[in-house]
Amino acid sequence: MFEGLSLTTIVLFLPMVGLSILLFINPKQTENIKWTAFTTTIVTFLASLLMWVNFDPSNPALQMVHRFNWLNISVGGSVISSDYYVGVDGLSLLLVLLTTFIMPIAVLFSFGSDIFAERGREKLYYLFMLLLEWAMLGVFVVQDLIIFYIFWEVTLVPMYFLVGIWGGEQRIYAAVKFFLYTMAGSILMLIAILYVGNATGTFVLPDIITKVTAPDWTWQIEGVAASSDVTGSLLFLGFFLAFAIKVPIFPFHSWLPDAHVQAPTAGSVILAGVLLKLGTYGLVRFNLGIFPEESIAYAPIIGVLAVIGIIYGAWVSYAQTDVKKLVAYSSVSHLGFVVLGIFALNAQGIQGATLQMVNHGISTGGLFLLVGILYERYHTKDMAAYGGIWKVAPIFGGTALVISLSSMGLPGLNGFVGEFTILLGSLGSSVLGFFYTLFATLGVIMAAVYLLYMFQRVFMGEFKAPAHAHGHAHDAHGHSEEGFSLNLKWNEIAALVPIVIMVFWIGLQPAGFFNVMDKATNQLVQDIQTVQTRVEAERAETSAILTWESTVALVSTAQQGE
Amino acid sequence: MHNETYPQLVPLLIIIPAIGAFINMFWGAKLGERVSGYVGIAASLLSFIISVLIFSYLSAVHGAASVINAPLGLGSWIRMDSIGLNIPWQFRVDTITAVMLLVVTGVGSLIHIYARGYMHGDPKFGRFFAFLNLFLMFMLLLVTANNFLMMFVGWEGVGLCSYLLIGFWWDKRGATGWRNANAARKAVIVNRVGDFGLLLSMFLIFWTFGTFDYYKPGEVANVPYTLYTNGYITAEQAKKGDILAVNPAAESQAAETHGDAHGETHGAHSKPARETLDNSQFAPSRLGVFGQTEYLMSLPEGSPERVINVGGLELDFSVMLFLIVIFMLVGVTAKSAQIPLFVWLPDAMAGPTPVSALMHAATMVTAGVFLLIRANVFLDHAPEARAIIALVGALTALMGGYIGMGQWDVKRVLAYSTVSQLGFMVAAVGLGAYVAAMFHLVTHAIFKACLFLGSGSVIHGVEHGHHHVHAHAHGHGDDHHDAHDEEDSFDPQDMRNMGGLARRMPITYWTYIFATFALAGLFPFAGFWSKDEILADAWHLGFDKGNPIGYIVLGILLLAAAFTAFYMWRQVQMIFHGEPRSEAAANAPESTLWMTVPLMVLAFLSLVGGFINVPKGAPFHGMFKDYEFKHFLESAVPHVTVSPSLYFNWGLALGATFIAFAAIFFAHSIYAGNKAVRGTARRDPLEFVPSAKPIWLLANARMHWDNIYFAVIENPFNRIGKFLADVVDWRFLHDYFHDVVIKKGYDGVGTLLSKPFDKGIIDGAVNGVAWLFKQFSSSLRLVQTGYVRVYAVALLLGVVAVVVVMVLPLLQNG
Amino acid sequence: MNFAVPTEAFIMLSMVLFILGAMGVLLRRNAILIFMSVELMLNAANLALVAFARQWGQMNGQLFVFFVMTVAAAEVAVGLALIVAIFRNKRSINIDDLHQMEG
Repeated sequence: MFEGLSLTTIVLFLPMVGLSILLFINPKQTENIKWTAFTTTIVTFLASLLMWVNFDPSNPALQMVHRFNWLNISVGGSVISSDYYVGVDGLSLLLVLLTTFIMPIAVLFSFGSDIFAERGREKLYYLFMLLLEWAMLGVFVVQDLIIFYIFWEVTLVPMYFLVGIWGGEQRIYAAVKFFLYTMAGSILMLIAILYVGNATGTFVLPDIITKVTAPDWTWQIEGVAASSDVTGSLLFLGFFLAFAIKVPIFPFHSWLPDAHVQAPTAGSVILAGVLLKLGTYGLVRFNLGIFPEESIAYAPIIGVLAVIGIIYGAWVSYAQTDVKKLVAYSSVSHLGFVVLGIFALNAQGIQGATLQMVNHGISTGGLFLLVGILYERYHTKDMAAYGGIWKVAPIFGGTALVISLSSMGLPGLNGFVGEFTILLGSLGSSVLGFFYTLFATLGVIMAAVYLLYMFQRVFMGEFKAPAHAHGHAHDAHGHSEEGFSLNLKWNEIAALVPIVIMVFWIGLQPAGFFNVMDKATNQLVQDIQTVQTRVEAERAETSAILTWESTVALVSTAQQGE
Repeated sequence: MHNETYPQLVPLLIIIPAIGAFINMFWGAKLGERVSGYVGIAASLLSFIISVLIFSYLSAVHGAASVINAPLGLGSWIRMDSIGLNIPWQFRVDTITAVMLLVVTGVGSLIHIYARGYMHGDPKFGRFFAFLNLFLMFMLLLVTANNFLMMFVGWEGVGLCSYLLIGFWWDKRGATGWRNANAARKAVIVNRVGDFGLLLSMFLIFWTFGTFDYYKPGEVANVPYTLYTNGYITAEQAKKGDILAVNPAAESQAAETHGDAHGETHGAHSKPARETLDNSQFAPSRLGVFGQTEYLMSLPEGSPERVINVGGLELDFSVMLFLIVIFMLVGVTAKSAQIPLFVWLPDAMAGPTPVSALMHAATMVTAGVFLLIRANVFLDHAPEARAIIALVGALTALMGGYIGMGQWDVKRVLAYSTVSQLGFMVAAVGLGAYVAAMFHLVTHAIFKACLFLGSGSVIHGVEHGHHHVHAHAHGHGDDHHDAHDEEDSFDPQDMRNMGGLARRMPITYWTYIFATFALAGLFPFAGFWSKDEILADAWHLGFDKGNPIGYIVLGILLLAAAFTAFYMWRQVQMIFHGEPRSEAAANAPESTLWMTVPLMVLAFLSLVGGFINVPKGAPFHGMFKDYEFKHFLESAVPHVTVSPSLYFNWGLALGATFIAFAAIFFAHSIYAGNKAVRGTARRDPLEFVPSAKPIWLLANARMHWDNIYFAVIENPFNRIGKFLADVVDWRFLHDYFHDVVIKKGYDGVGTLLSKPFDKGIIDGAVNGVAWLFKQFSSSLRLVQTGYVRVYAVALLLGVVAVVVVMVLPLLQNG
Repeated sequence: MNFAVPTEAFIMLSMVLFILGAMGVLLRRNAILIFMSVELMLNAANLALVAFARQWGQMNGQLFVFFVMTVAAAEVAVGLALIVAIFRNKRSINIDDLHQMEG
């Protein structure tokens, strides 16, 4: 079990180590608790940096692998194996880094938060944070479908409690909705996983990919009547739906505003920063990896959903009065870009999408931090209550502007690099193309519309003090800018600074990040293109296009064959 | 330091203003007005010095371009090795860049100095200079970039600074602050619409050429010209574009010495080898975008290389080029304020006046024109797109001039004038007169900056006059910034509150007059030369080449020129002549030297600036080299032939001058003396002329552009947004769909399952089994008596039974 | 003098003793007497074991008897203690009074 122990396993289980230590601390010793939690996340972050150092970008394969057999299930004479198999390629590594980067920020930001004054149970809170980190890291590094599914579901639990215990007024509603909605999607994925395991004889992802990309692969298994095409499509959709709900892609997004608005700030940061990326990561890793043929076939439809999401999210965001909801809907728009990039199915699109996952984590995470800071002062999220904050807090206002601009995609900041490469990919894509890009680029305009409107309402105009400013005397007109200041706490500053640094770093020198994932993405794209060429050749050969009639015919012949 | 190292200083152009901005951003308030002003001005002046060095280098080497990578190993930006995508941080120094550098840093420095006086006493003084430096940085990035994407960083960066500076006074009390913030936001959003086009244009560029680089390092933009300047071919051969020809003189000279064929003084320059000058070292697909364009257009139509297949489109290269240029035009219409996206520029006047001068007149808004000139190779091969560009520019020029004559706000008049003049430049580009456009860009930057700064001086004076009066009337001399913030019906920018300022502010007056003459295009001011060259090119295109676009544009531009002279003279009359129409104007003081010195410099340049490009056969042409500016630009603008194509067109020049004079006289007859504003309602004299009244009112209402945009775009956008958010997303998807459809549906199925199915069958089965066990156990229970003896008997019987079972078989066998 | 009692005799005695003990357990009401009857049954079994051990010339039987005796001693100690405890509670050691286990 410890044979071949790799850095990946160490990073994965570091949060668990911290969690075990945390268990033995007296709940009343809040200082010890929060510092233990923070130290754990920082150590995990440093360990993940070590992974980055040890990573060889010129190698497209999984690295820092740790693998041993975990379980063999025998089904009807054949054995399906499931391994504990962890390792990172460029794609996973970036998301692991994102996770370990966001977590210390989220933990640090929670220090001395109002939520503990109201709801208490600090120990439980940090326990859930560490559990969440463990589960999220697990999703990104695990290469076995069964264990992936376990980690995938485990992420729900701490998030459910974080929203449900320390959330806003309608926290129970939001938590239950979040849980059920995501659960409903993952059930379908579980079925698909079991089928895939059954059909390929293994749950290990790289082995599955090797098998399914072979030219004569068929999804048809004994005892199932549906043809390979139909089965493949159903399996694809099973995975897709689970990920689409998590992302969320346009019609499945309605859990998001509830969860975001009700979640505590750190919860929102993690939700936007990392949890949503589980979905997009899944799309790249599983949908594109296992189902290249179906990905090509469904890309135009998913592309349409993505473009609708981009425009719809931005438009709805613009009309919000609740600042947190505005940021929440902006995620729908941003992740529309990511999905568009993924289903462009070329290197520009997928690399851009992956970088945009990181970017969105950083800038939207930053926006949620800003909203959280304001909420702790104003105790409202209604933008009408804010105003002129830039005047009393020039540096804070400037930071807010930088983060908004990064979210808006200003060149030189991180958001642009991702958005630009995604749109570049989508225009050159053989499955999407010009008109998708045309409409998606409208999102660039609309991002400016809602973000600047938000910025103006909150940070510009006449200064409005909080309705119950902290005991500062101010005159009847509310002109109390001398008496009130935001007084950022040290941990709030410490949480914002790394975000701003990353905003500039990725914006100005993204080459290093592209370099990390370059080879892995290229491998994926080449696999897809191989399949595409083959499928096109087959199509040209038989010219039998899958229609409704032919599907029915295929099903009936298969049934007769039994 | 040797000449050749000068272009290596280009990164400093970005770094120095960045440092200035950084210092002022964080310590501006602590440093105080003096130091923070000096930091800003120093950054700007240092950039100017570097620009001059670069310019001197380029004039010495006939504009041979250099490509410089970003220092400190920061050269790579967006890079994907596996597919060969590489967008570096890479600077290009060629003559177009050098001209822009001089304009940006030169005018920029003057405006920095001016702002030192203008912003005196503003609580956000440090931040203002930080933003100005930041702007300078982005603008220099824009003009020095060697690829479209890096240019776009500058393009968006200047937009950001525009946002910050237009909305600089967002914190003014009352509605003014909010209005300023709105104007800033409008600027960004309208520009984003333009970016939409520019982005699409860039995507198409990438998939057509596989690169964003203008030219690859070592690639030569204008091959015939470069060969000519290095003496490999003669001027005649270069004019024909015969790059394979051989210059007999050079051959013989080369045989004798390795000296320069031209006998230039900079002997240290050894002549580059011919192979490095004709791009033959590059495969066609490894060239930059412009080189590839030249190559592809040289292929016959229908050859497979010319078919561009991207994103579901399969187009001939020329069609693709048309699309690229048209989408680029969308970006240009926003940044350079052309129809239909000019609407942000008049509102942008909400910013402090130095900002209006620097960004919204001299430099930032010319970025679009710069881009088109930069892309002159594209444009030259897309004549249909150029026709559209020319018409857009010409119509904008006309419309700007027309609306300008109906405005009361001193800065708004100048804003529409800027729109109009940018229209001239864009029209010039559309005509293919890239050099004329660049020339007008330079002169316009000078005289429009002078006008804006002059108007700023006027506003400043009137404001001070107002406070002076105010303080006397109320008998307390409190600091005027309180009054600054005060909601006050007095508008220091309204020309109706001015008049007679010539006597109060003589320096401002005379500089203003100089710049007005330059703008109106009077001989021999700068504007005359540059505008005349545009008109001459239109003439040339129309009359000499028979292209109808030439006639149309010429006609429209002449009319626009008439409007220009008219509204400018109207403005001069209203501001400076006649009697003061308010107490404030009567008490306005002249501005300080911080402000007047830059004005005088600019006024002087407005007078002499035109002589850099005097055509052959024009007055003064003996004193200056003819077409010097054109020659300078030639190395970067391939489609300008080596020998000057046009002689000075006396007829056109006289005609245009006559039109300008006529318009000035006409304006003088209407507005001279105290006639400028009529009646107690303070209306324009034209309103009393029945035939002119509707025309003037339409101009005054700014042709209802804003109202139309509100009705057609903004209002529906807001309503649809509200509808989507409240009705579709929240009430339908969130509430109805979830709470009613899904939840009710779930509950319904749940009820169905729980009552008949679950209770009846599942529960029935389970309960039935339980009942059976209960019955059985209750009878079995009776066996349990609790008497040990009974149990013992049972035990014994059991033992006996076991023994019997075990023994019986033995007995049977036995 | 080779006088040997045949093994059958021991077995017969053992059977008689065992039946006596079993009857005592089943028929007596007094707990102490039942207890003594149990002892009787144990010793009957012991006798049979020793007899067989002698028959086959092996020590296993004898060895087993020692175990049984030890266990019996322990049983007596615990059993008597229980009887004393029951007597304290019930003031009786008649086992017919003890039927709380009735179902």
